[in-house]
Amino acid sequence: MNKFDVKDLNLYYGENHALKGINLPIPERKVTALIGPSGCGKSTLLRTLNRMNDLIENVKITGNVSLDGDDIYQERNVGGLRMKVGMVFQKPNPFPMSIYENVAYGLRAQGIRDKKIIDEAVENALRGAALWDEVSDRLDGHAFGLSGGQQQRLCIARAIAIQPEVILMDEPTSALDPIATHKIEELMEELRKDYTIVIVTHSMNQAKRISDKTAVFWMGELVEHGETAQIFNSPQDERTKGYVNGDFG
Amino acid sequence: MRRTIEDRIALSLIWGGASLTIIFLVWMLWHILANGLSYVDWTFISANYSVTDKENSGIWPMIVSTIYMVILSIAIAAPIGIMTALFLTEYAKPGSKVVKVIRFCTESLAGIPSIIYGLFGMTFFVVTLGLGFSILSGALTLTILILPVIIRTTEEALIAVPLAYREGSYGLGASKIYTIWRVILPSAMPGIITSVILSTGRVIGESAPVFLTAGMVARIPDSVLDSGRTLTVHLYKLTTELYTVHDWNQAYATATVLIVLVLAINLVTKLIGRRLNKATY
Amino acid sequence: MSDVVTVNHAPTAKQSGQVVKALEASANRVDWANHLFKYLFMLSAFIGVFSVGLIGYFLIKEGMPALSYAGVTNFVFGMEWVPPVLFGIAPMIVASLISALGAVVIGVPVALLTAIFLAEVAPKRVADVVRPAVELLAGIPSVVYGFFGLVIIVPMVEKVFNIPAGNTLMAAIIVLAVMILPTVIAISETALRAVPRSYKEGSLALGASPMFTIFKVLLPAARSGILAGVVLGIARAIGETMAIIMVMGNSPAMPRHLLDSARSLTANIAMEMAYATGLHSSALYTTGIVLLVFVMVLNATLLYLNREKAR
Repeated sequence: MNKFDVKDLNLYYGENHALKGINLPIPERKVTALIGPSGCGKSTLLRTLNRMNDLIENVKITGNVSLDGDDIYQERNVGGLRMKVGMVFQKPNPFPMSIYENVAYGLRAQGIRDKKIIDEAVENALRGAALWDEVSDRLDGHAFGLSGGQQQRLCIARAIAIQPEVILMDEPTSALDPIATHKIEELMEELRKDYTIVIVTHSMNQAKRISDKTAVFWMGELVEHGETAQIFNSPQDERTKGYVNGDFG
Repeated sequence: MRRTIEDRIALSLIWGGASLTIIFLVWMLWHILANGLSYVDWTFISANYSVTDKENSGIWPMIVSTIYMVILSIAIAAPIGIMTALFLTEYAKPGSKVVKVIRFCTESLAGIPSIIYGLFGMTFFVVTLGLGFSILSGALTLTILILPVIIRTTEEALIAVPLAYREGSYGLGASKIYTIWRVILPSAMPGIITSVILSTGRVIGESAPVFLTAGMVARIPDSVLDSGRTLTVHLYKLTTELYTVHDWNQAYATATVLIVLVLAINLVTKLIGRRLNKATY
Repeated sequence: MSDVVTVNHAPTAKQSGQVVKALEASANRVDWANHLFKYLFMLSAFIGVFSVGLIGYFLIKEGMPALSYAGVTNFVFGMEWVPPVLFGIAPMIVASLISALGAVVIGVPVALLTAIFLAEVAPKRVADVVRPAVELLAGIPSVVYGFFGLVIIVPMVEKVFNIPAGNTLMAAIIVLAVMILPTVIAISETALRAVPRSYKEGSLALGASPMFTIFKVLLPAARSGILAGVVLGIARAIGETMAIIMVMGNSPAMPRHLLDSARSLTANIAMEMAYATGLHSSALYTTGIVLLVFVMVLNATLLYLNREKAR
């Protein structure tokens, strides 16, 4: 079953045609990796899935992105959409406040004030992001006191605290060292059971390790998509072949 | 490195120019403080102004009027200025016509000489709105005068808030106003406080638009609808009647108080600036 | 039956029932606050626009009677200020322009040298003292400048030039020269620092001395920025009121030389507004309009310079 269905999607930044006629189904409770060289449009596509591109001026979108069959660009409640479709960014971006408040942020933003509910949600989310054991004794400590890897897991906790259905990850480990990267990948193994995950990554190996499906982008076009094993072992498109082999070569 | 005669002359000119700037400042501060500091005592600060008993005359009413003026004008201008800056940075489309009009008008306000504000305040607030020569008329006039400072400084502070915070918040489904309230404003707070302090300095320092709108009555104002004389206006008034040694002492002492205030404001701004630089995000 | 096992199992990332219920309840709430605030902010933003309009409207409305009574030519070129009969402000225009230009002639070289000092020459420790000092200079109220001018500069002018009264254009020029220093210094320093490093390095690499580099490469490259600082300085000098009133003597006659008493446009307004009525009061608004025209010309120049700089 498909969680997202992207149909004939075109996106323009002013004059720049950044996404060209994308058609991509994204299956539910699977990890889909978006790969391709820098500037190929993979991050841009990711950001159309929770309408993060709305924050940028001069963006024009044609075509259709549906979540569970509903066109998200017809949706008036963008906040509600972003609650359903959480996002983790390239650089860990915790808010300048305590660990607890970071995780509670999304709930408070929805007007939830009941301390018991928030306490519970914060603990669940931190456990879910495999961070609870490391921070349970200093929830009131400032988020900036955490290491880079911990900060990124905090951002994941922050996202899952509001019970999304999808988590978008934009190169979530590119700013992290190998050990922290490994921890995040382990965490993703857990998260894939409950969430649909779409991840943009620069690393072929990461895509191979963690994803079920892979989509390859090239200069704004989607050149190929399918089972990860098939994309890496027997790519159909010449560009995919070059990109996949080049990186291993 | 070769040093020619021209180089040496140029270098000494540069040092000389900078020294001249500093010498003038030090000269001015030293002259006023040296003649005024000894006259500033508790009586001078806390006593009422008296034309007859000049030895025991003080500046308490002027201090009160100045405080009223600062609090009132900041209380009106800060919210308006901050909300304007929020509109410009968070809501309006950059480069749109609305933004251009608003920015043009704020810049125009910044360029208008303060005496013009005095003229305007006198016709509009004092006469047309019927507020009379009062602290309120003065504060409303100064509100418009300091608005550009608050808007510009706050805007800079808001723009400096990392985009990542906004993305993080919107990515969690938070609304714009919630993001502003919880993330953007707290991050921009040091800059906003700086803008408020800068405007406090402006309010304390202005005189021409003040006496044209708040009058010169040297008495503690009963209410904001009463006329009052601020410290700067008082200093001006004193310099028009310098006859006895007491007149001179009072003028020097009032100037000393003003300089101490300015020094304090500069110091606080510096401290906040330093904390701002220390914060790492 | 397998419930116990599930609880002991690796923690699931799913939220519990009551959290989900709370989230679902909140998802459908109407966010009226968001819209309310948007319009509130927009309203605030238009207060500035509204103020500019009001200031313009009142200035013109109040200034019109005197202007139509005297006529533009008589008003601007008239030599006699005898309210409420003759409203000639040529002497004030001349006084304002001469005092501002004089201040620039004296103040700008000093300011420019100080800016060069801060941007290029000063050791960090010295710059850390000089820069706050310049900022302090900017924060000192104009009445304090006026007071200092009155007790120091005016007597000095008296003594040096051996004249009976030191309240002259000359005294005003000196005081204004100091008052414009911070503006010109700050903007010139910024302009000097904005010159690409490569210019400087290129010149030094060719064996030019640092001084040659500063005067022949940096200053020309920062030209439009420095000019913008000078224009702002002129604007500050023309708009200055209190300090001038306190040192320039304020006689409304045409000054014959720099050691003559004179009255600026700003002083004309500030001194007579408190008691003027009728046509006389209107003439002061007209004086304000003339002052504003000068400031607008300066602002237009500034706009042009900034555009030049951006190219």
